[in-house]
Amino acid sequence: MKQQYQIVKKKVLTPEISQISVHAPLVAAKAKAGQFIILRVDADGERIPLTISSADTENGTITVIFQKVGATTMALDQLQEGDCLHDFVGPLGEPTHVEGYGRVAVLGGGLGCAIALPVAKALHEAGNQVDLIGGFKTKDIVILEEEMGQACTDLHICTDDGTYGYHGFVTGKLEELIQSGVKFDHVFAIGPLMMMKFACKLTKQYEIPTTVSMNPIMIDGTGMCGGCRLTVGGEVKFACVDGPDFDGHQVDFDEVIARNATYRDFETKAREDHLCRLGGGALNG
Amino acid sequence: MANMQMTKTPMPEQDPQVRNHNFLEVAQGYTLEQAMNEAQRCIHCKNPACVSGCPVGIPIPDFLAKVAEGDIAAAYEILSNANALPAISGRVCPQENQCEGKCVRGVKGEPVAIGRVERFVADWAAGQGIANVATAPKNGHKVAVIGSGPAGLTCAGELARMGYDVTVFEAFHTAGGVLTYGIPEFRLPKAIVAREVANLEKMGVDIELNMVIGKILTIPELFERGYEAVFIASGAGLPMFMKIPGEGLVGVYSANEYLTRINLMKAYKEDSPTPILHNQKVAVVGGGNVAMDAARCAKRLGAEVHIVYRRSEAELPARAEEVHHAKEEGIIFDLLTNPVSIEGDEKGHVQSMTCIRMELGEPDASGRRRPVPVEGSEFQFEVDAVIMALGTSPNPMSTKGTEGLEKTRKGCVAADEGGHTNLPGVFAGGDAATGAATVILAMGAGKSAAKSIDAYIKSKQ
Repeated sequence: MKQQYQIVKKKVLTPEISQISVHAPLVAAKAKAGQFIILRVDADGERIPLTISSADTENGTITVIFQKVGATTMALDQLQEGDCLHDFVGPLGEPTHVEGYGRVAVLGGGLGCAIALPVAKALHEAGNQVDLIGGFKTKDIVILEEEMGQACTDLHICTDDGTYGYHGFVTGKLEELIQSGVKFDHVFAIGPLMMMKFACKLTKQYEIPTTVSMNPIMIDGTGMCGGCRLTVGGEVKFACVDGPDFDGHQVDFDEVIARNATYRDFETKAREDHLCRLGGGALNG
Repeated sequence: MANMQMTKTPMPEQDPQVRNHNFLEVAQGYTLEQAMNEAQRCIHCKNPACVSGCPVGIPIPDFLAKVAEGDIAAAYEILSNANALPAISGRVCPQENQCEGKCVRGVKGEPVAIGRVERFVADWAAGQGIANVATAPKNGHKVAVIGSGPAGLTCAGELARMGYDVTVFEAFHTAGGVLTYGIPEFRLPKAIVAREVANLEKMGVDIELNMVIGKILTIPELFERGYEAVFIASGAGLPMFMKIPGEGLVGVYSANEYLTRINLMKAYKEDSPTPILHNQKVAVVGGGNVAMDAARCAKRLGAEVHIVYRRSEAELPARAEEVHHAKEEGIIFDLLTNPVSIEGDEKGHVQSMTCIRMELGEPDASGRRRPVPVEGSEFQFEVDAVIMALGTSPNPMSTKGTEGLEKTRKGCVAADEGGHTNLPGVFAGGDAATGAATVILAMGAGKSAAKSIDAYIKSKQ
């Protein structure tokens, strides 16, 4: 029996970011905050991991949010409601531990907010007091504000250019809260590697335990290939089996940053080729 | 009268200097005349030692006799009744340690090329559109198989033949396990794996892709869904590393990742959306079949390739034919050499590897002479990629949520020769139970587990 992974709902959040809900009832029945899926768009496609944004057990759907960064995510964005994905595997990785912290800050950077949202929600539902700090480049690309507001105790939106909310990075907002006397028992940082690296630098200074959600290059995602390995506390760890959550103060960020750039030239070329196939001209647009 | 020719009938092969630039199959297979000529070398011993050397117990002299007569259909019947995947085992079995290793003709000269004839028979049948897919009438009992590698496929085939309703759960988007992601196209064309999988489907086996058992469903949940027995054949798990400095650099691959990119994701094709680095000079660390496969892939992608192995040639665990083929293709063997560290450039890319020379000391627990470092013999050589082919540790994923299942000290599922675990109805075999081994041993385990499962289900009635 071949399964159909149909896109039942699609929402364009910004010109670069879309949200899709995919019919995958068995995955939806098991999915927990912090876990991810791997999908393939077509029969020859690459496997890409995407973090689960939400799971609807009643309708049997999984929602993921993605940014059009490479050829595969661009091809994914070509699909519309009613279209099917070729493959959809999950839920993968270990769920985020959410119980018994007390007061926590959840930092989401850009698209990372889509992943921070379910983590904040699960923490909040588990009885923690949650400050959700969501950072974006500018006001126009703020996503999920309403949903984030409902998923936490206090929502703090930040923009790099000050067009909306706090003017500055999420780490700036976090430090401001800490200095104003808020005692955080734990911090969760989810977003670009640089943002997580600097969040950990800050929380280390204040000795606040910090969990990061790592997104290394991944192929099988089932504990076989070893492509997603990281160095954590001097030991080799695998994001798909041991993670994706890790103690942020133990992660060797510089190594992941270098490893994630392994195929940058290839990815740039694939993106350009894809744009050419779409009719070209969009590169400068 | 047997053909008393002392050596095997040669196998037609692609020229080494041509094939090391392509991914087409190296060995091209016997013609009917060559297969008959080779089969006639069998002297039909009263007590055929070759059969005792075969993990799936193929009645070797019987099928060779049919080939010798030119009755290939009859040979296929005999072969395929004993072995569900003859086109695969004929290509990838380490025959020199098994059937051929025991062949009497090998005492003075070369053994009968049993593997080559087996392959011929399987390919001939496929060419004729013949497949041995007859099954007993459905018996109404459901069995779940976790993993569609050699152990899982063999077990599924055996059970389907007995009339069971078999579902195979595969984590990837393509069936075949290591036959698909691990063994390269030039050694085992993927069309052949697909053909064997299609034959199982013709026998009524249901193959569910994209199902990571332990995550989407646990083994107890499979029982809740009406499966009366579960066979764990999830294969080997995460790759091992040496724990030397520099293994996190860009350009250090595990062999599993390198081979998965190339074989499963087809990264060797120009238009593949899955990338792979095209390196200039590659060191492959290890001496097994996986190391040979990775080395020969890297060569085909245009690199100068060195196998770096800490023992000597005699201890290389790879099949003799793989070592021979690798050498022919220009792979350089740096034996009695062990990596100490890998050095990178300012961008974190591999730039060189430092190794130390080794010499062989006293035999160790494995019976092989233990390699010991020669003090002060460190040397550095330039490479831009290092592929670690050091074996794997068991994958814990499929047995998650299965309370009380016993594991071995190494973390494999503890199972006896019949595949029984300590839990009723739960069976295990192949690399998941033994740690990394060979395709044929996994097939043997799949076959004996099928017998045990049949006995278990019958005993419950």
